Order: sequence, then structure tokens, then C-alpha cells
Amino acid sequence: MNRVGLGLAAAWLVIAVALLWAVVPGLFTGYDPIAGVPAEKLRPPGGPHLFGTDPVGRDLFARVVHGSAHSLSGAFTAVAVGLLLGTLLGVLAGSAGGLADDAIMRLVDVLLSVPGLLLALTVIILLGPGTVNVAIAVGVGSVAAFARLTRSEVVRVRRTDYVEAAFGSGGRYPAVLWRHVLPNSLGPVVALAALQFGLAILAISTLGFLGYGAEPPTPEWGLLIAEGRNYLATSWWLTTLPGAVVVAVVLAAGRISRSIGKDTP
Amino acid sequence: MTRYVMFRAGQAVLVLWAAFTAAYVLLRLLPGDSILIKFQNPELGLSPQQIAEIRAHYDGGASALATYLDTLSGFLRGSLGYSIDTGTPVTERLAEALPETAKLASAGFGLAVLIAVAIAFAAASSRSSWIRGALLSVPSLFVSVPVFWLGILLIQVFSFRLGLVPVIGGSAAQQLILPVLTLAVPISAPIAQVLARAVDQVRAQPFVPVVAAKGASRQWILWRHVARNATLPALTMAGLVFGELIAGSVVTETVFGRNGIGRLTEQAVNAQDTPVMLAVVVLAAVVFVLVNLVVDLLYPVLDPRLKAAP
Repeated sequence: MNRVGLGLAAAWLVIAVALLWAVVPGLFTGYDPIAGVPAEKLRPPGGPHLFGTDPVGRDLFARVVHGSAHSLSGAFTAVAVGLLLGTLLGVLAGSAGGLADDAIMRLVDVLLSVPGLLLALTVIILLGPGTVNVAIAVGVGSVAAFARLTRSEVVRVRRTDYVEAAFGSGGRYPAVLWRHVLPNSLGPVVALAALQFGLAILAISTLGFLGYGAEPPTPEWGLLIAEGRNYLATSWWLTTLPGAVVVAVVLAAGRISRSIGKDTP
Repeated sequence: MTRYVMFRAGQAVLVLWAAFTAAYVLLRLLPGDSILIKFQNPELGLSPQQIAEIRAHYDGGASALATYLDTLSGFLRGSLGYSIDTGTPVTERLAEALPETAKLASAGFGLAVLIAVAIAFAAASSRSSWIRGALLSVPSLFVSVPVFWLGILLIQVFSFRLGLVPVIGGSAAQQLILPVLTLAVPISAPIAQVLARAVDQVRAQPFVPVVAAKGASRQWILWRHVARNATLPALTMAGLVFGELIAGSVVTETVFGRNGIGRLTEQAVNAQDTPVMLAVVVLAAVVFVLVNLVVDLLYPVLDPRLKAAP
């Protein structure tokens, strides 16, 4: 296996471990993520506590492991929202053409002209804070990217000979769209979804850090880092280690996205 | 040429109007109750009738369309309405916050461009493929780092471990160093990626071996010939990420406790202060659209070949 393959394998491993943390946290840690042992507060990493403990004596590793469920499910929701709305808009624009295409794509331009975080904060003002709302807000921020890509893919595939042939042999529009256009437009969209998954984890942790996501004592990754801020001078591990986990997962998602993008022309 | 400028300017105005309208619909029409949220608190002891009066004070009891047109003409005249949170004009609050963020953002953007150029050209001039690969993977690391975590990490390393930058106090410049670095890192990544790719593409062009055959050195080719031709795509990307500066300032200003647009945004979200949020969103859209308009109009100046085109 060459170096590139090794990096990709490591990326899949990171994602797999993070998913397992979310599904079966008990396999990885025996500590309770919510209830702490005050006598063991602020222990540095090592020994029985891999990532150390926090100011109320909770095992930080246990909190990170249990937190992955919140961060990953949030990211999945966000990608689902962006993917569904975005592909819907993109397919509509790309296959309808004309005025509808123009109208949809100008709307997408508008979405692109506002930075994702501001868009997410706007949605949060509208829906209020909370885990699900934060995920939806982040998803809305990625609609524009999905819509643009899907539209360009649909337009590209529509012009190919085999789609023309499908129409020529009497295929009806929705059927051709479903059987020929969509499957062949999907590759780059899947790559974008993987990339957005990583970005959604970042955005969700950012909003969690700003205090719009999960409520304490929920072990959400962004919130964990926010809680560690007051102990910067004495307990570096409280902010550094959860952040390093976030970086690893986001990097892995980006690496996987690039490999998918390369496989599909 | 003039027609092209007029066309692009018209397009920019259209996108701005659409952005304003979309934000207005989201923030002012849909909730409609930001006033209720603030004043229905039982501790205030306001009757529904009094709340109705407050509402009339804010929107004049006019129809939705009239309020929209009123707000739009207000924005055009530079009057952005009143903050629900503090009752002061939004224009005042923006004017207070803007200089701080402008300082932070311009320094951050400058540093981001420097980092991007350094990465792209160090990668291009290195002969070892290993170093080159390592340098080219730096941008994907940069975009994977949570900005708030980076800020905290920098405080930890430079203030607490090394004691290089004072945590409290310190000169204005000292206070600016870490926030600027925090803001610059994620923004430099896309610029570096595009610049590195553009440098590669330009180097594959036939004129490069010709210049080399004439005896130009590697560095001479890189800086005198390749760099000039690789600027355009990087400039486009720089324009696209410029808007991220305002979003980045939300996080950076929160982490470093600075006052500015980002702080204002955070307060607006906490207080559901929709007039302030509307102004911030429109400001971000204005910055984005204007910067990209300027970039578009710069193309023919930078690349004479584009002058002949429309």
C-alpha cells in the first residue's frame, strides 16, 4: 500500500471510530459522561483518565466519546437538509431551464453572498437555539453549494448522447431524469456531501461554542471546548484534546471527499 | 467596456436587493414577534394592549408591504432602523463596531494573502516532492481547524506557555496579533489552494520552457513570469472568501473579547434583535457583492487579453 492509500485508510479508520463512539460509547469508556467524581477533578491526561478530567471530576475522554453522538447526528441532519433542498433546487433549475432556472440560481447567488455562519445565525434567530435547530441552520447554509453543483451536473449529463438516446427511444421526462440523469450526476454530489459532513461538524461545534446548540452538561464537542476556556492557564487538555478530535474527524471527512471526487470524473 | 461595467453594476444592485429582501422576509416578516419575545416576559408586567402599542411604535401599525418599502427606503438613505435590544439606532451601533472589525479584518486579510503566497510559492520552488506534498496539504489542515479552538490554542501557547503576548493589557498592536492570526489561518487556505493550482497550470504552459531555454533561473521564472499569470484565479478566490471575514470576526471577537461587528452579531442573536441582524446580514452581502464587483472589473486591467472581450 502506498502513502496515499495509507492516508485514505487512516481517514476511514478515524470516521469509523467516531461512528462507533456514537453508536456504542460503552465499548470505549466505562466512565459516566455527566456524573463526575469531585475528588478526581482536573487530573492531567494519562493513567486511568486518557484525556484527564474536568473541573467537576468528569472523565474528559468519556465526554468526548459520548459527545460524538451529538456532533455526528447533527452533522448528518445538516447534510441531509442541505442535500435534499440543494439537489431539489439544482435538479429543478437544471432540468426546467429558462426562467425557472434563472430565478432559482439568482436565489442561490443571494444565499452565496451571505457567509454560512451569518446565514446559520439568522436561521437560529428564527428557530431559536437547540441541537436540532443548529443542525437545520447549518444545513441551510450548505443548500447553495449543493444546488449549484447539482444544477451543473444535471445540465452536463442532459447534453450527453445516451440521455438524448433515452429521449429518442421514447423515454418520458421524469423517467429519464430518474434512470439516467440523476445516477450519473450523483458522484460529485456525494463527494460534496462528504466534504460538507466535515464542514458541518466544524460549524456545529462553532455554534455549540457560541452557546446556541446543546445545553450543558450535554457533552457536545464545541460546548466541551467552551467549558474548558476558563481553565486555559492550568488545564490545557480541557480545550486542546476535544479540539484535536474535531480536527481529526473533519480532516478525515475532507480526505474521503477528495478520494470520492477523484474516482468519479 | 462601459456597457460591461454598467451590466455588472446592475447585476450587483439586483443581488443586493434580493439579499435584502430575503433577509427581510426571514428576519422581519416570518417571526413578526421579536417584539413579543422581548416584552412578553411576565416580569415586565405589560398588558397585551401595551405590547400592541410598543409594536405600533416600532412598525407604525402599517401593512407588511408598507413596512417593507419603508425599511428598504430607510436602508437606501442610510437609516437602518432601531435596535430592539437597546432602542438606539442600528446605524449608531454599527458605526461604533465597524472600525474595530475593519482593523481586524483588513490585517487578517493581508496576513491571509501573505500566508497563501508563502505556501504556494514555497511549494512551487521546492525540489523535494515530499516537502512539496507536505506544504500542499497545509491548506486542508487549515480549513479543518475550528476557528475558536485555534484562537484558544494560540492564547494558550503564546500567552500562557511562552508569555510572549500579555493576556490582559498590552498595547493595541499586541492585542491585535493573536486575533489577526486566528482570522487569517482559515481564510488563507482556499487562496493558497487556488494559487498553488494556478501556479502548476501556468508552469505547464509552453512559454515557461522557452524562458528557461533563454537562461532564466527557476526563481526568476517563478516570480517574473508564473506569479503574474497565476494571480487572476487567486484574486477571484480572495474575493469570494472576503465575506468570510465578517463571519470569522463573530468567532474571533468572541474568543478574544473584542468589540466589533462580530460581537454585535452575537449579542443580536442572543437578544433576537432582528433589526441589528438584518443590518449585519445586509452589510455582509454589500461587502461581498462590492468586493466581487471590483474583482470582476479588475480582470481586464490585470489581463490585457480580456480587454477585447465584452
